[in-house]
Amino acid sequence: MKNDYAPLLGALRDEEEPIIDEWMAELPGADVGARRAARAEASELLRKLRESLQAGADPEGFESADWASVRDTLSGLSRSRAAQGQTAEATSLFVLALKKPLFASLQRRLAAQPEALGPALWSLSTTVDRLAQHTVSTFQQVREDIIRRQQEELLELSTPVVKLWEGVLAVPMIGVLDSSRTQMVMEALLQRIVETGSGLAIIDITGVPTVDTLVAQHLLKTVTAIRLMGADCIISGIRPQIAQTIVHLGIDLQGVSTKATLADALSLALQKTGWRITRDK
Amino acid sequence: MDRIPILRMGETLLVTIQVDMQDQTALTLQDDLAGQIAKTGASGVMIDISALEIVDSFVGRMLTSISGIARILSATTVVVGMQPAVAITLVELGLSLEGVRTALNVERGMELLQRAREESSLGH
Repeated sequence: MKNDYAPLLGALRDEEEPIIDEWMAELPGADVGARRAARAEASELLRKLRESLQAGADPEGFESADWASVRDTLSGLSRSRAAQGQTAEATSLFVLALKKPLFASLQRRLAAQPEALGPALWSLSTTVDRLAQHTVSTFQQVREDIIRRQQEELLELSTPVVKLWEGVLAVPMIGVLDSSRTQMVMEALLQRIVETGSGLAIIDITGVPTVDTLVAQHLLKTVTAIRLMGADCIISGIRPQIAQTIVHLGIDLQGVSTKATLADALSLALQKTGWRITRDK
Repeated sequence: MDRIPILRMGETLLVTIQVDMQDQTALTLQDDLAGQIAKTGASGVMIDISALEIVDSFVGRMLTSISGIARILSATTVVVGMQPAVAITLVELGLSLEGVRTALNVERGMELLQRAREESSLGH
């Protein structure tokens, strides 16, 4: 097995510069700066690959510690490319383009012994494929991390708790309500109730596109938690269609004050807290 | 074993829970409270749980049953100062403490009891 990698190792050791030149020529055209960066990455990768092979690392066990430095280099490469907004395809193509120059080099070296060429090419192919695979999987992971972070940011953005009046808080809910959203809103709202000592909370669902049994259940949970804390709750922003849906689904909102608009809810809240508003003219 | 003190303030019995509730503590409290309401003829019971950070379903049920017991002995129960985490836990446990009155803090709890007293005196 080791012998199959000997020609590859030899090629990497003796012909590093020509291989990099050919490798770069394989890549689709880019500006000078990008090319220089790609070249630096390429020579780094080749060096790490050579070191690992020299240390006797086996590409069959790519997840082993022997390959840690190569994996790190590849991860860094994918990460920077993902951050630059390149596609996964371009990133894996960059690594796969290494195949051709190495193929040519091996062919030249083993021209005299064709029986050794097959295994050597196969080992080269496995190695480069593993490298490319790792690049793609890291790339995907980085993308997923970005998406997850954005989701969290969005979640925080979309749940502000505002003080409407002395002792009256409001949460304008926007977007689809799921368990994690409800949990977050509930926690933020309850926390604010404790902080401000507000006796009334208005949950405005104007921005919630649909209400089904699950959403209603989430809402009722929030209402119950608010009541347990010793505060009162009004649900506002119930559109006519949503009112119909709630009745058709047989959702029981008994015991919960509901209002059509936030303004109605506020006037009810003021009435409950004993405020009276007069108009001069 | 911990025993939770019951303080008498006029017509109100005040219970402040400041330790994590064991099942036995809860049962003892329930017993003591029933006895005290009967003995003093109190018209209101206030349970302050603002220092309580952990609840289980047993404590939740205890709050409901204390409220029920007090009602039979013609006293109003109000639970005050529940922490957000506790409220969320109780909701997730499916306990809504039906029939238990709640207030944000002791002051509002007192107001609530006062109102309840006035209402019941009007009713008589």
